Amino acid sequence: MSDHTKSSPLKMYFSVWAALLVGTFITYKAAFIELGRFNAGVALIIATVKALLVALFFMHLKGASEKLLKMVVISTVFFLFILLVLSMADYGTRAWH
Amino acid sequence: MHDSTVAAAHGNAHGHNPALLHHFATEEQQRNSASLGMWIFLATEVMFFGGLFCAYLIYRRWYFDDFAAASKSINATLGATNTAVLICSSLTVVLAIWAAQTSRRALLIGSLVLTMLFGLTFLGIKGIEYKDKFEEHHVPGASFSFDRVPIPGHADQFANPRHAQIFFALYFVMTGLHALHMIIGLGLFTWLLMMAWKGRFTPEYHTPLEMGGLYWHFVDIVWIYLFPLLYLIDRHP
Repeated sequence: MSDHTKSSPLKMYFSVWAALLVGTFITYKAAFIELGRFNAGVALIIATVKALLVALFFMHLKGASEKLLKMVVISTVFFLFILLVLSMADYGTRAWH
Repeated sequence: MHDSTVAAAHGNAHGHNPALLHHFATEEQQRNSASLGMWIFLATEVMFFGGLFCAYLIYRRWYFDDFAAASKSINATLGATNTAVLICSSLTVVLAIWAAQTSRRALLIGSLVLTMLFGLTFLGIKGIEYKDKFEEHHVPGASFSFDRVPIPGHADQFANPRHAQIFFALYFVMTGLHALHMIIGLGLFTWLLMMAWKGRFTPEYHTPLEMGGLYWHFVDIVWIYLFPLLYLIDRHP
């Protein structure tokens, strides 16, 4: 399926694992610091970076050659985006008069 | 049994790998088909959890202060520990697949057992959290109680229990569905462990391991978002 399995990917796996643990630690610590409205932003940006690390390296999306697979993944993200962004564009702006 | 005899006959006749089913042209095509099907299933799972995340975002925006007060009552240290436990279990999953690819039987079995132990640890910690919530009467229903809990940053104001109850309803549904996925994952990995024990996985054929791994990583990603959204809404003093 992928060429990089021929050379040992162990170093990459352990680096991603360490990065995920560091990200969790930063998320936890940052939540106790007063950042105003940016608290949620910092937490969600770190969560998205962690999710991307898992998807790209652990789920092997990086290096996936099958175009149909890419289309499924991209359309999943696209429809989730429609669900969340269009809903919040409605409910999030109802207080604006 | 029928399948395996056909595959064996097929393999003998044409010199194919016996793991290659007769309706696929190549092993790569067979692997890609399984992978595509699994990703389509994960797409339905993303939309399934997406609806809950959407409900959460709407109510969080409407009742932010009450959500912050309710979120503060959950043990964030247990939540962070559980995040680390799941990340470690994802590492042991990729190690198991690598072990199958490189014919390391002991590492394969050990990694699968470790993955399941991490999964059980996660559920145990989750159980401690749920027990606390039951004892504090934070479970939505007839005995729900969230009286005179101050709103973070506004010590003189109390959270509205009705709005806090919505937070706890979302908390139990989202973490409960996630825990159900973990239990199903443990079932899948029990089966994978049995197959690995019997020596069914080879460097050429270990598709069930890869598909089980995709599922396990997806459940990990859901938790990566659940942790900050449910546990860390407004924690600073």
